[in-house]
Amino acid sequence: MIRFAINRLLQAIPVLLVVISMTFLLVHSAPGGPFSADKAVPPEVARALEAQYQLDQPLWQQYISYLGDVITGDFGPSFKYPGRTVNELIAAGFPVTAELALYAMLVALVIGIGAGVVAAMRPNTMQDYIPMSAAMLGICMPSFLLGPILVLIFGIHLEWLPISGWGDIPGDKILPAITLGTGYAAYIARLSRGGMLEVLSQDYIRTARAKGLSESLIITKHALRGGLIPVVAFLGPAFAGLLGGSFVVETIFQIPGLGRFYVASAFNRDYTMILGMTIFFATLIILFNLLSDLLALQLNPKLRQQARGDH
Amino acid sequence: MPRPHYQSKLLSLTASALLLFTLASCSDHQNNVRLGNLSGTLHWGNSTEPQSLDPHIATGVPEHHIISALMEGLIHKDGETLEPRPGVAKSWDISEDGRVYTFYLRENARWSNGDPHNAHDYVWSWWRALQPALGNLYAYMYFPIENAKAYYEGEISDFDQVGVKAIDDFTLQVRLANPTPYFLQLLDHYSLFPVHRATVEKFGTADQRGTRWTYEGNMVGNGAFQLKEWKINRRITVERNPYYWGADNVGLNQVVFYPTENVATEERMFRAGQLHYSGVPSDKIATYREANNPALRIQPYLGIYFYRFNLATPQLQDKRVRRALAMTINRNQLVTQILKGGQIPAYAITPPGTMGYYPESDLKFDPQAARQLMAEAGYPNGEGFPTTEILYNTSEGHRKIAVAIQQMWKKYLNIDVTLLNQEWKVFLDTVSNRHYKMARAGWIGDYVDPNNFLDMFLCNGGNNRTGWCNPEYDRLILDAAPTAKSHAERLTIFAQAEKMLLADMPVIPIYVYTSNNLVHPSVKNFGRNILNQANYREMYLEPDAQGELQQ
Repeated sequence: MIRFAINRLLQAIPVLLVVISMTFLLVHSAPGGPFSADKAVPPEVARALEAQYQLDQPLWQQYISYLGDVITGDFGPSFKYPGRTVNELIAAGFPVTAELALYAMLVALVIGIGAGVVAAMRPNTMQDYIPMSAAMLGICMPSFLLGPILVLIFGIHLEWLPISGWGDIPGDKILPAITLGTGYAAYIARLSRGGMLEVLSQDYIRTARAKGLSESLIITKHALRGGLIPVVAFLGPAFAGLLGGSFVVETIFQIPGLGRFYVASAFNRDYTMILGMTIFFATLIILFNLLSDLLALQLNPKLRQQARGDH
Repeated sequence: MPRPHYQSKLLSLTASALLLFTLASCSDHQNNVRLGNLSGTLHWGNSTEPQSLDPHIATGVPEHHIISALMEGLIHKDGETLEPRPGVAKSWDISEDGRVYTFYLRENARWSNGDPHNAHDYVWSWWRALQPALGNLYAYMYFPIENAKAYYEGEISDFDQVGVKAIDDFTLQVRLANPTPYFLQLLDHYSLFPVHRATVEKFGTADQRGTRWTYEGNMVGNGAFQLKEWKINRRITVERNPYYWGADNVGLNQVVFYPTENVATEERMFRAGQLHYSGVPSDKIATYREANNPALRIQPYLGIYFYRFNLATPQLQDKRVRRALAMTINRNQLVTQILKGGQIPAYAITPPGTMGYYPESDLKFDPQAARQLMAEAGYPNGEGFPTTEILYNTSEGHRKIAVAIQQMWKKYLNIDVTLLNQEWKVFLDTVSNRHYKMARAGWIGDYVDPNNFLDMFLCNGGNNRTGWCNPEYDRLILDAAPTAKSHAERLTIFAQAEKMLLADMPVIPIYVYTSNNLVHPSVKNFGRNILNQANYREMYLEPDAQGELQQ
């Protein structure tokens, strides 16, 4: 298992290098520079700014010196916010985004697994159709629609919950977590229903039933472990998706996370910021995929044997 | 029998989620407006995370709002009329030829750390603002000062030759290259605000861009408020500056600026009682107007929405064509049916009433005369006119206007126009390299004077971008207007220049902007002016205001 992990980490190095090079090339070839503005920029200013951020050097030289900095963990200064470093901006936004992703994941797991298990218990009855139709709706409903609807109902009309901020007012984390988590809850519901159905038709479940165990005990003790393997495999990519995909929710709820910076940096041509965030997210995605594979190995003896056989 | 692991986990998760809900539903959650009215805290939707709070680096309206709370210049502008009022300078003299300004500074002016604030601060700060390495995009605001331009462009290297001098600790003399009637106004622009030398130098060299001197705990200013906290992307809080010379008359204890980014979010925050001030999405203006909601403030804004022609485009080289296109835009219809925000149809580039200036324009909506002009130019009934493209930066608002204009031209001139949108930075690149045919544009005045609009179209003006050049126009703007004997003569010269511009029509004026905002009724002394400048030192909050608004 350790060898498997080390192998995967080694494979990540060339992947990251490709990500850095591609992003570097793309941002530098995009029309419009970081300092272009509506008002004409005087040539003196343009020269001074380019010199300060080494944009007057040949591209390959910029690339080499950037790589050198990245290896030491330094993503450089932000072009858009003079005086702020990319590391500093990531450090300010990431804890918020991570916390939001975590709560959204909790919402997704509780609702998703609950609905999936309930549906799997009586397939093709109303007990199956209702939660699964709700899940379909959840998948189809984009967060930019769900968010404002929740805000209007719970924030403005009922005045139950705050509609903006993060950690400023008690309860301000609830609506964003639900908005972000719902889409994932729907996926998880479908995955866990499928997983549970497969497990519930297995011999050992029939044995358990024949022994006269109660249905709830069969589900919780015997079926869930196998039935949730597809969900576990989905967790890594889902968590990475939650981290990188929180932009819309952060904007709707005025949350000071990373997502807003990520999108804005592309529009601002904030080269170092785009690169820094891309590398940061790429690393996270690689790590989460690895973690979720390791977890799946832990849960599924069949896979464990395969992994041993392969390496 | 022990409870299975999964079951207990599932149960505890569900329970904690339920608990969270119950807790939140029970507590009467905080209403910023209600609490703010009691504590004197103004909650301000400020649209974006400020790029910088250094007055010599920042550009943009959100930055302007915060900086104007933290710092001030030699003068203020009146919240309503924009007339100059004493700031750090308690009074001033202007020489008879209008070229020498002498400012008498307040002896009780202090920096927010208690340091004395005097005339030498201005000499040093203005020297700093003119260092090219700093990347000050507003350096041109200094150019009315004698030799400031030459110094900035490196033609002279001795700053003593630039027309600013501290006669003594509290007397500052400024010599101008030409009499400049709007000079006093410029002093209230943040690019001419002084900075605290010891603080700037503590965190870097004077001309170093992006040091940490403006950050929480570091910044020293001279305004009515001082920086209390700066939480990235979350909020910036400023609190009363006890050393401010006019501290006794400041009505607010704190202002909190929120980088809301999205105007729809901002408006929802306003409705939920989280903000005293916010923008309003353009598609909601009509709803607010119909409901007669007292929070909605619509006021003219010193800015013009227009289209540029690229004069290198063959079919647009004939000014009859350009005029015909300008004459077949039904501006009243655009304003009332599409924009719906009280915008004013524009027939000239300078917004009417700018410093008492009303441009003369013979441009009007006249499809028949326009068809005649097209026929004279060789395109009778639009025949043979090549398909031409309108370029705009991606935005629903610009698209709607372009579509309407496309239809008007089809209807009245029978010509085909295609639309192309580009993302903002790409758009800027395309327009400044003149790789377009017709392009949408906007210009917001930095100061109230026709010069601010008309000098855009000088032959080598960086913001011209049309290829239009008329040496006589340049002479009027650069030589005749600055040396005019009287205000009236100066305005006549501008009128003459603008007439020239409109006769050639390298641009199509479309409408004069309005600023549309929501202001909570508890905010008093808000002030309305065409620069949409916020005057925090004069605002106060009425604690009894109910805070209930029509939804």
